Formats: sequence, structure tokens, C-alpha cells
Amino acid sequence: MRDSLGDRIMVTFIYMFLILLSVSTLYPFLNAIVISLNEGLDTSKGGITLWPREFTWENYSVVFQDERLMSGFFVSVLRTVIGTVTAILATAIFSYGMSRRELMGRKYYMIICIITMYFGGGLIPTFLLIRELGLMNSFWVYIIPSLISVWNMIIFRTFFQGLPAGLEESAKIDGCGNWGTLFRVVLPLSGPVIATLALFTAVGHWNEWFLASIYISDEKLLPIQTILKQILASNIVSEQTASMDAAALAHLQKAKTITSKSLSMATMMVATLPIVLVYPFVQKYFVKGVLVGSLKE
Amino acid sequence: MAQLSVNKSVDPPSLRDRRKNGFLRFVRQLDLQLMVIPALVLIFVFSYIPMYGILIAFQDYKIGRSFTGSPWVGMKHFITFFQSPEFGIVMKNTIMISLLKFFIGFPAPILLALMLNEVRKMVFKRVVQTITYLPHFMSWVILGGIVGSMLATDNGSVNMLLERLNLIDEPINFLSLPEYFWSILITTNVWKEIGFGSIVYLAAIAGVDPNTYEAASIDGASRFRQIYLITLPSIMPVVSIFMILAIGNLLSAGFEDILVLAVNPALRDVSDVLDTYVIRVGINNYRYSYATAVGLFKAVISVGLLTIANYVARKSGNSLW
Repeated sequence: MRDSLGDRIMVTFIYMFLILLSVSTLYPFLNAIVISLNEGLDTSKGGITLWPREFTWENYSVVFQDERLMSGFFVSVLRTVIGTVTAILATAIFSYGMSRRELMGRKYYMIICIITMYFGGGLIPTFLLIRELGLMNSFWVYIIPSLISVWNMIIFRTFFQGLPAGLEESAKIDGCGNWGTLFRVVLPLSGPVIATLALFTAVGHWNEWFLASIYISDEKLLPIQTILKQILASNIVSEQTASMDAAALAHLQKAKTITSKSLSMATMMVATLPIVLVYPFVQKYFVKGVLVGSLKE
Repeated sequence: MAQLSVNKSVDPPSLRDRRKNGFLRFVRQLDLQLMVIPALVLIFVFSYIPMYGILIAFQDYKIGRSFTGSPWVGMKHFITFFQSPEFGIVMKNTIMISLLKFFIGFPAPILLALMLNEVRKMVFKRVVQTITYLPHFMSWVILGGIVGSMLATDNGSVNMLLERLNLIDEPINFLSLPEYFWSILITTNVWKEIGFGSIVYLAAIAGVDPNTYEAASIDGASRFRQIYLITLPSIMPVVSIFMILAIGNLLSAGFEDILVLAVNPALRDVSDVLDTYVIRVGINNYRYSYATAVGLFKAVISVGLLTIANYVARKSGNSLW
């Protein structure tokens, strides 16, 4: 059956809108990449859109020689790797316990968890607690408070409860305790759910910058996102001078062709690269993850 | 009553015996309990102690004291906030930005899902999805930097385009002019989340029986009428659940976007919302009790909004709890 004229107009409009949306989503990223690969002084003459006019790696070489940025990159990698591994492990153990019917007090434990999804202490009491615990200016502030996620626990638990009961029974008969069953039978079967939750946790860790900015004042412990935020903020206020450290400023003077704009674009690309690298995997798993999550809502 | 007496006759051990049995059972499943107790301790420390810490909203908190060790002052901080000159500005911005985000940001992913559903070329659909999901995974710092670069006066692409089209004579410094801020904030938000937000609605649409469309099209319904009469009604339950959640979060519509986009102090009168105000007076000015009071005020309104939204939804048959 052929579409009527009205339908064809509607479909054409939809295609045009979707193309426009895609272009306006992709263009800013492509433009930022191109600016980061173009000579800074040349960029400030204007007119750079989707192709570099004076191609150079110089902006990146300055970024990679900046000690502050590289230490930030290292902190980000470290907190993402350690934070994700420990959080997934801790939450998986917790969830397995919560998935066992024979667990005494299970109902009360669950209520304790659910309440935290609706109520919280808010920013200031949490901030004061972190300070009392001596976690200010400590790397562990990235790891310990986010070890257990109630949200992920519920997703894990639902998955564990969906596994065939016979598997665990046979593991028990073969002499596995609860811990042995979890590590030898249940977790090896949980690949997809672990991948989904790990990717979400990792992306969250990599992108987190606000809490780091209030809990950490020691520059050596700041993640790259927070450092980037400081650089960009000072760029917007005074568009000329970036708040780079002395070493980077020396580089700036040596290479007069580098501007704060081309430099911040290059830094942004470095800070985004890991996300872009995992994005294909994220795509594969996250639709499933989002749907599992929303079922629980 | 009958049930109770039956229970009694089946369950002769005394209370003390049962307690002893319970303790024995607990010890016997200690390995299982050890899986959950450390996590519960963490939840207690990082979620419940801060809740208890809300009490400092009613005190003059002194650094180093416990959460109840400072002098009580009743509603003093709330009254100070209500009478402060910032109250009007902060409330106006919070309400307006939240409402704009809700009325534009909530329907946008639904519209996108409906449009994507009309696309018959699967490759095209997948490419659009892949591209529009991407900004969701970027941090607000990166997006703020990219928006800043797009809108910059020195060769930002937006100013370049507007000049090329002869719409403006001189570049506009968008991120320093209050009149543009809300539009920029809302547009950026929609741009970031429209694709990702459409996933749940696409899944709901996928659950519609294709025969319904076939029958409607044989009866002569245009595609537009099919969307209106079949697709929309069948995703309404999902829409209403997400709407309730969105209303509950109305006041906490994010502050990272404001922190990265409203760097220029000239924007404070249009960008200061409850969350950013709490950060400024609490973290930067050390007025802990006052900031906690403002945060509590926001939480109370949020719970109220959620309750009202759920009540309305229950009347229409789609409630959250």
C-alpha cells in the first residue's frame, strides 16, 4: 500500500529533522577535534570548521608535556580502574547475599537499602562526614563512598535470582560454600550484567569532577576533568590567559603559535578519548542495562 | 484469631527458645551474613549518618562538634533564607529553569522516539541513534567546553554562521549575556539527553503488536493518525511513570550544567538556583548550618511534588507505588 501525500511529507520532514539533529550533535565534536589539530594562531584568524588549515600535533605535545594535566590523566585512570573493579566486586558480593532466600533479615536489609534511594543527607552533611572521616585530600574519597550502589545491587540481584536454582544446588552438593558458589559458578555466568554495570560505573568515574573539586585541594590528586574545568573557567573569564602551571607557560612562550583555545581543545580531546574508545562496547551493552534499570523503577 | 491459636499449637517453643534458635541459625549462616553486613555498614555510614546530619540545619554548627553537639537555634536559618535578598532570585531561577527543563526536556525524547519509529531504513536509524546517544556519555565539563567553543566570540562556529547569514554585524558574546542563558542551558540539556532518553520509549514502542498498525492502515488511517491513535496510547504507561519521576526531580534538575556554563559572574542573577546557592554558601563560605537548611527546604518541596504527582497519576491509574 502506497503512502498518501500527507504521509510522504511527514516522513520527509522526519528524515530532514533527524539529519539536522545528527549533524548538530556531531559537528561540535568534529570542530573541536579539528581546532585541536590546527595551529593555534591560525585558528584565531577564524574560519576553521571541519578541516584543519595548518595541521599540527603541537597542541597535543604541549598537553602531554604538562605535568599537571598528565598527573590528572593518571589520577583519572587510576580512580576509574580501581573504583570500577572494587565497586563491582563489592556490589556483586552484597547482591549475591541479598539474593539468597535463606538470608536472615533480608526483608529489613532491603528496606534499609530502598530508603536511601529516596532520601539522603544532602551535600553539606555528606561533606562534613567525609571531612570527619579524614577522607578530604585522600585518594580513597574516590573509591570508598561509591563502593556500594543500591541501584546496581538491585540489578545484580534480579539477575542472580533469574539463574537456574539447580546450578547453585549442584555447586552446594559438590561442597561449595556461599562464597565458592558465587566466585566459581555464579560470577562466571554473569558476564553481560557485569559488563553493563562495569561500563556505567567506569564512565561515571571518568566523568566525575564536581565531588573531586570540593573534596580535593591537593593538585596532585585532582582528576583531569576537574583540572580541565578550572582551565576552561579561567579561559571564559579572561579569554587570553589560561591558568596553566609554570612549565606549561614556558612551553607557551617557546611556541608562540599555541593559544589557550587550541590548548584547551586538545586537553578536552585527551579527556574524552577513553570514553570514545569504550563507546562501541557501551553501545552494545547499555541499552540492555537501561531497560533492566527502568523495569525496576 | 483462629489463625493465631493454630500457630500457637504448631509452634510450642517459648520466646527464649526461638531467640536461641534464631541466633543459632544466624551463626550457621555467618558466611552468608558476612556477604551483606560490610555493605550495610557502608550504607549506614555514607547514607544514614548524613541523614542524621540534617539536624545541623536547626543548630549553629561548629566545626569539629558532633552533629548534635552544637547549640540549637530552631528555625533561625530557614527564616534567614526566606528573608534574604537572594531568596527571590534563587527561587525564581530554580522554578523557571526546572519548569523549562521539564516542559521541553521531557517531551523531546518521546518525540524523537516517535520519529525514529517512522524510519524504515534500519541503517539510517542506527546511525542517528549512535550519534545522538554520544553526548550522554560525555561529562558536563567537556560539553561545557564544547558549547563555549561553539559560542565563542573569536571564531565560534555559531557566530561565524550568523555573520555569514548576515543576521548579525558583530559577534555576540552569548555566554556573558543574561538574556541568552536560559535558552543556552535548556538547548544544551535537550541536546545532551534527547537520544539517550528515547531508548525506553523506543523499547515501549517495540512492544506494540504490528497487527494493530496493519489493521489501522487497511482501515485507511494515515501514518500520522496511527502515531496518534496507536503508538502514543500504548506508550502512555511508560510516559506517566517517567513523568512522575521527572516531577519528583523537578527541583534537582542538575547543577553541573549551570556550574560549567554560568562561569561568568554577570550571569549570577539568572543562573543561581537552590543547588548552586547551597554549594556557594556552604562549601565556599563555610555557612554549613545555613546551607543545610536551604538543602532541606529543597528536599521537602521535592518530596511534596513527588507525592502530589503520584496522587494525580494514581487517579488516572498509573501510579509509582
